[in-house]
Amino acid sequence: MANVEYSWPARDKANVIGKDRTRLDGIEKSTGAAKYTYDVNFDNQLIAVALGCPYGHCQIKAIDIKEAAKSPGVVHIKVFEPVGREVHWEGELLAVVAAESEGAAAAAVDKIKVKYDKLDVFTDDEDLEGAKEAGRTASAGGKIVTQREPGDDDDEDEFVEEELERLFKESAHVVEGYYGIDVISHCCMEPHGVTVMWKDGKMLAYLSTQRVAGNAGDLGKPFDLTADDVEVRCDHIGGGFGSKFPADYWTIAACEISKETGRPVKFMLTRDQELKIAGNRPSGYLKGRLGADKEGNVVVWDSEHWGTSGMVGAGVSHKQIPYVLVPPNYRRKATRIRTNAGAQRAWRAPNHPQGCAMSQTAYDDLAAKMGADSYDIFMKNIRLAQGAPPEVYIEEMKIAAKMMDWKAKWHKHGKGPKKGSVREGLGMALHTWGGGANASICQLRIHPDGGVESFCATQDLGTGTRTICAQVLAETFGLRVQDVRVNIGSSKYPASGASGGSTTVGAVSESHRRAAQDALANINEKVAAKLECKPEELEAVDGRIQVSGKPDKSLSWKQACGLLGLESLEVTASHKRGAKSPLSSETVGGVQMAHAEVDIETGVVKVKKFVAVQDIGLVMNPLLARSQVYGSVIMGITYALFEQRILDSQTGAFINAEMSNYRLPRVGDIGDIDVHFYEPESERSRGVVGLGEPPVISPGAAVSNAVCNALGVRVPVLPMTPQRVLEALQKAGRI
Amino acid sequence: MKDFEYAAPQSESELLELLSPVANHTELLAGGTDLVGLMKSMVVQPERVVNLMEVDSLRQFGPLDDGRLQIGATVSLDEILEHPYLGNYPALTQAIAGINSMQLQSQGTIGGEVCQRPQCWFFRNGRGLLAENGKASTNGDNRYHAIFANQGSAKFVSSSRTAPALIALGATARVIGPHTDEVKFIPVAELFRAPGHEGQREMTLAPNQVLTHLVLPPAGDTLSATYEVRQSEGPDFPLAAASVVLRMKNGIVEDARVVLGQVAPTPWVSNEAAEWLIGRSVNERDAERAGEFAVSCATPLDNNNYKVQLAKVSVKRAILLAAGLETGGM
Repeated sequence: MANVEYSWPARDKANVIGKDRTRLDGIEKSTGAAKYTYDVNFDNQLIAVALGCPYGHCQIKAIDIKEAAKSPGVVHIKVFEPVGREVHWEGELLAVVAAESEGAAAAAVDKIKVKYDKLDVFTDDEDLEGAKEAGRTASAGGKIVTQREPGDDDDEDEFVEEELERLFKESAHVVEGYYGIDVISHCCMEPHGVTVMWKDGKMLAYLSTQRVAGNAGDLGKPFDLTADDVEVRCDHIGGGFGSKFPADYWTIAACEISKETGRPVKFMLTRDQELKIAGNRPSGYLKGRLGADKEGNVVVWDSEHWGTSGMVGAGVSHKQIPYVLVPPNYRRKATRIRTNAGAQRAWRAPNHPQGCAMSQTAYDDLAAKMGADSYDIFMKNIRLAQGAPPEVYIEEMKIAAKMMDWKAKWHKHGKGPKKGSVREGLGMALHTWGGGANASICQLRIHPDGGVESFCATQDLGTGTRTICAQVLAETFGLRVQDVRVNIGSSKYPASGASGGSTTVGAVSESHRRAAQDALANINEKVAAKLECKPEELEAVDGRIQVSGKPDKSLSWKQACGLLGLESLEVTASHKRGAKSPLSSETVGGVQMAHAEVDIETGVVKVKKFVAVQDIGLVMNPLLARSQVYGSVIMGITYALFEQRILDSQTGAFINAEMSNYRLPRVGDIGDIDVHFYEPESERSRGVVGLGEPPVISPGAAVSNAVCNALGVRVPVLPMTPQRVLEALQKAGRI
Repeated sequence: MKDFEYAAPQSESELLELLSPVANHTELLAGGTDLVGLMKSMVVQPERVVNLMEVDSLRQFGPLDDGRLQIGATVSLDEILEHPYLGNYPALTQAIAGINSMQLQSQGTIGGEVCQRPQCWFFRNGRGLLAENGKASTNGDNRYHAIFANQGSAKFVSSSRTAPALIALGATARVIGPHTDEVKFIPVAELFRAPGHEGQREMTLAPNQVLTHLVLPPAGDTLSATYEVRQSEGPDFPLAAASVVLRMKNGIVEDARVVLGQVAPTPWVSNEAAEWLIGRSVNERDAERAGEFAVSCATPLDNNNYKVQLAKVSVKRAILLAAGLETGGM
């Protein structure tokens, strides 16, 4: 087979990629035919319901399951927490009952008697001093960079202190600020869970997971099984956002109960358990200073931030402070606070949304202090950008400003027109993310009758991965997406990386394009012999393989595949993570702008319009990509204005772990979202880069800046609830 | 959810026979939008659930001979919203429209809406209606709790969206039981109380009494409105609300009623605000002043002072809305 040069077709040659294409599974999903883990039911299955610990910190003195075991319909009870164990957060599962029905299991859970010794809780992650007093803090690192270096005889600490003071003293403008962002939960619409069965010593698990391939081994391990004895399936998933990678202990428990009872088991977390124990995003609160010269060029940054990721983990990494715009001199310090709360999990673009919200707000405050246009201050400092090249940000800012009509709408902070009690404002922020392709293997079969099917153990998180795979195959073979069969979502297929960190579209595009180009090269050799031409003269378009530009010298796809004889052609191709490739790349920028209005009498904030400009190299499917940005922006506005974990300071209970007070916006709260992909040839030629994380980073800072521009007052901590808006106005003496 | 007996009586007398005098033994099911969730989370665990939906008389909906309007307890919220008679009672229809959820409006009933249990997160987390004699909400997070009548153990707020409007409109409640032939009519305000101990509920009805109908007096030429401060366009509960009814003559308020919601363990009648309005014309300054009177005796807890401002604005905007003036806001 000839050496294949992997590449994407030029913009004017591409027929399927780069085009809007609705999801292949759209109808299935919208009619309810698509089966999520929660929908999968096996004959004779048991339903498992768990008992969560009601206290944020306690010691288990006794667990009595006798009454529960006698409860009608109960088949099996497993106790997780041995007596004597200290439990550090509310909701942690203590025991699980498997019964004939959900009701029977829940009724039995209610009969489990547990004796607790309640212990002191600490929940206030914003209260650094209180946390210090309670012995709940630890350093989470930091970094100091100064342009000038200490002399040989200088004490380094003293030098830094003096140097920073000198820089601040010489700064024409100094902003001192406080900014924060609360813990939020992942709040997956489909909670974590599994439906599992054993047959002949082997396991089949429908798992709601972002990591189909890797979980087969992890589920098998506790049972001394190897990955080949386990099949993990996930055809559809109702949200993960970074929280659904591991084989959780409740999943393993379901597998265990299924093995012991010899019956299939379905174990999905309840809504409150989902919010309490299945993942959250760390909080961050920052006190800092920023110094700029008289034109507004930022020269120095000094900050300390703190926050919690529960009892373990380091909170928001200091590495994202200040975010993207990093001046030549800075000192940053992070402190983690241990609170009695469930452990963090990766949440879309870990650390970035918090870093952005805690530092690009300070850049906006600089504009406010100078009486300058925020856009000009961001533009002036764009040379400090890390991540994407400054020129990408510059172009994206220009496009975003035009889409927002920024210059026409802009007014100085707090100086806009008054429409009764309503004030309007503009805000912006920018972001970066890696998004390089994950590892992926694609097995491709071309049948002599023209049938095309691919196998890959990736998963579609709802973003359209399945559709992208089909587009890549269809593009390569000159077919329509409905002509190819894409098989994903089973660990029995060749491995593909977990879907996290915006790595999936790159991963599957790599493996599927490589496999498809390899297969096509093989078929082209046979077609060339038949058509008496050279293989490199051939092209696959409109369902035919033809001599380039000559449809009359061609074979239909079916005829071409017929040349394979009796055997199907089977090709496997792979991409290794980090391998340099002409098909994919990494690192993107992105600029977002918000137009918000605030009712100063009620503190209610609404986003009127939101603009998102994003580069992602080659845009494979603009429709799906726009859709992903809409989702990101909605999620971003949600954490900017609504979402918040609220812990009871007395018990550590997550008291709004349900959907009436864990507030989410509705369509009317979101306003118009305008999305633009920055895709000049310089971007397109970089190949595919992931999109899942970047557009969810900036909304917090952008909306906060818009509210600040409207009011002339910073509402320091997200979400900006009516309470917080009114309190900020009151503190500023405005009401 | 715990197992329970289920009964679906066909008549009011059958219904009363199925009710137990023992508290918490029996729960009444109408739309189920509140009860089912409470049962699933085991916050309420009845031995018996009695479905009201098959009792014909509870579905009666229409004018009575004397011009009053009768609404059966199991009439759905969207039926009320769409009914032509209700055009004269904007305070009620605005409160129902504010629920902002087609599902809740079509499944939920007016009786269930009035009798829904408080949203208090301590109650809903199984800590009791009074949440440890008020300690949980005094010491814990009370951002959504009461700013009036919160000196006792009850710190929760009455969650009904329609009750303030019904009270302001002068509605009465038809209540049957405990005995099969017992019927009484009481002002809607008397359905509510701030319970003094965990054995009491927030409604004054005995466990074997049932709210069967609401009766609205003729609207006449009264003006009315409900204004709720809601954080979002979704079905979240308001942070504060007010219903106002005005009777005007020659541009002057002759009579006024102002009832606040989401601010006290019961719907909160503000005579101070109403009295201020009487004898005045309606304008923004006086409406604002009425709002100030309405909150003059507020006693916010340590984390809900902001609700005083929201209650004040609700009253002001409800008055302006009733008078057909610009309310401000978004």
